[in-house]
Amino acid sequence: MQALETRNISFQQGAFHLHDLSLAIEKGKVTTIVGPNGSGKSTLFKLFAKLLKVRQGELVLNNESVYEIGRNDFSKKITLLLQKNDLMPNITVRELVEYGRVPYQRGRKGKTFEDKEIVNWALEECQLEKYQDRMLTTLSGGELQRVRIAMALAQKTDILLLDEPTTYLDIAHVIELMELMKRINQKYQVTIVMVLHELAYAGAYSDSIIVMKKGEVYTKGSPLDVLTSKLLKEVYEVDATVAFQNGFPLIIPNQTNQMII
Amino acid sequence: MKIEVRKRRRMNVFVLLVAGLLLSVYAGLSFGAVSVPLSDIINVLKGDGKEAFANIIYQLRLPRILVGLLVGACLATSGALLQGVMKNPLADPGIIGVSAGGGLMAMITMIMYPQYSYLLPYTAYVGAFASTLCIYFFAWDKGASPVKIVLAGVAMNALLGAMTNGIMVLYSDRVQSVIGWLSGGLNGRGWYHFGIIFPVAIVMLILSFFAIKPINLLLLGDDSAKLLGQHVELVRMLIIFLASFLAGIAVSVAGLIGFVGLVVPHMIRLLIGEDYRFLLPYSMLGGAVLVVLADTVARTAFDPIELPVGILLAALGAPFFIFLLRKRRMV
Repeated sequence: MQALETRNISFQQGAFHLHDLSLAIEKGKVTTIVGPNGSGKSTLFKLFAKLLKVRQGELVLNNESVYEIGRNDFSKKITLLLQKNDLMPNITVRELVEYGRVPYQRGRKGKTFEDKEIVNWALEECQLEKYQDRMLTTLSGGELQRVRIAMALAQKTDILLLDEPTTYLDIAHVIELMELMKRINQKYQVTIVMVLHELAYAGAYSDSIIVMKKGEVYTKGSPLDVLTSKLLKEVYEVDATVAFQNGFPLIIPNQTNQMII
Repeated sequence: MKIEVRKRRRMNVFVLLVAGLLLSVYAGLSFGAVSVPLSDIINVLKGDGKEAFANIIYQLRLPRILVGLLVGACLATSGALLQGVMKNPLADPGIIGVSAGGGLMAMITMIMYPQYSYLLPYTAYVGAFASTLCIYFFAWDKGASPVKIVLAGVAMNALLGAMTNGIMVLYSDRVQSVIGWLSGGLNGRGWYHFGIIFPVAIVMLILSFFAIKPINLLLLGDDSAKLLGQHVELVRMLIIFLASFLAGIAVSVAGLIGFVGLVVPHMIRLLIGEDYRFLLPYSMLGGAVLVVLADTVARTAFDPIELPVGILLAALGAPFFIFLLRKRRMV
């Protein structure tokens, strides 16, 4: 079943354009979008989250055009973890996570018991209970990323989009974050869609991968089918061998024989 | 800053502001050409004071203080709202054209149509809001981004400033009467002016509380606010217009008082942080206190000459602002 679907969408911004793009994101799965810089991944995400508007075509959420859904209702269904927040106010962890409840507080005053419970749950899932009274400015990059995810979880959406969530994180935090996403997906059936640059993590943690190139879908399918040395050649112009070990892909450049994770 | 520290600091600053309010009202009632001791102020307010004192307080000082409180509250609130939605630490009512538009209309009224000068508050008010509308219109392109608004504001201010200066040169024989107004002052403001602004000011100040939640969300960034269901463009537009109303109210009766809208929200922000649930009401209170205190100093320090309070505020505000800038990070 499809959670989110694009039907022949077109979009243009400067020299970049998406043309006649159709793709579907499966419900309750982890889907990762990969592709070279400038292939349209982040733009697609902004279209999904209604931060940009398509010029032509349909964007469909559970059989309903997203443009028929009011912004506030929409924010209960989809949210996006932006690549980087342009601003970060100097408030506590808990206060930021509480902002995730804003879509549910329209027209009423203050927090309900349910809001508090959900904020507690989000903090707990992201292992942030001990941090909840810390100021955001005192957190490390990895901790801050967990807080932002907790805020997105508190929004209680069916679909969670994450735009390059692993940028600036060290390997320990990357694995922690990917495990967290997997757990959220399996425990609560939240549809997770990520944009990732690291093909290895994309392969290890996704049910399906969509490869984009120059504003078009190049191919899609399970990691095992998609991640091949042919793909690396044709999409990234990289000469490398792909091997799978326990479902985790290894990409070995042919020129230097050096292993990249 | 720890959470308990922050809580305590909010409390302390609140107490300080309330104390400042009482002090400023007391000073404003007591000091002047004739000093009125505290005991007499209390007697007058109870209704059994000396008649001479009662006249001074009820006819001169009390209405002037009330106008000052409202003017300060409106200016500081306007500045706080604008700094919240414009993402620009220099945002103040000037950048949305309130001063230039109000100034030009006041100039036209006082110099070219002096027979209608009793309409001054209204014409200045119309000028202030009209120039905000123009700026917003010029900046519009599927939504008005803060940067474009600032740039359109600079252009509009230059244009209106040129017109104001042109009128000053062409009618240089009549300029004397408007200089006081242009530097912003409360000299001679009484119940008439209070009556004009009181109803609008109260309504607008109350409305500004509805901006608290949207502004807090905008502090996360436009995209984040949209993802939380906010209509960012609409909210920004409404808040800018509200800020223009508020500053226009102040300009209409007190002329061009600068710096309150810029400095007060920054001072409060440095003290208690940028959570608008506190920043907005604290700024309101802070602006009111500052204007009344400064006005009391301005009218007594150079006795018998009354200095327009706008000059004093700029003279004190500018160095203080530079001090804050040097001492702490502002953005």
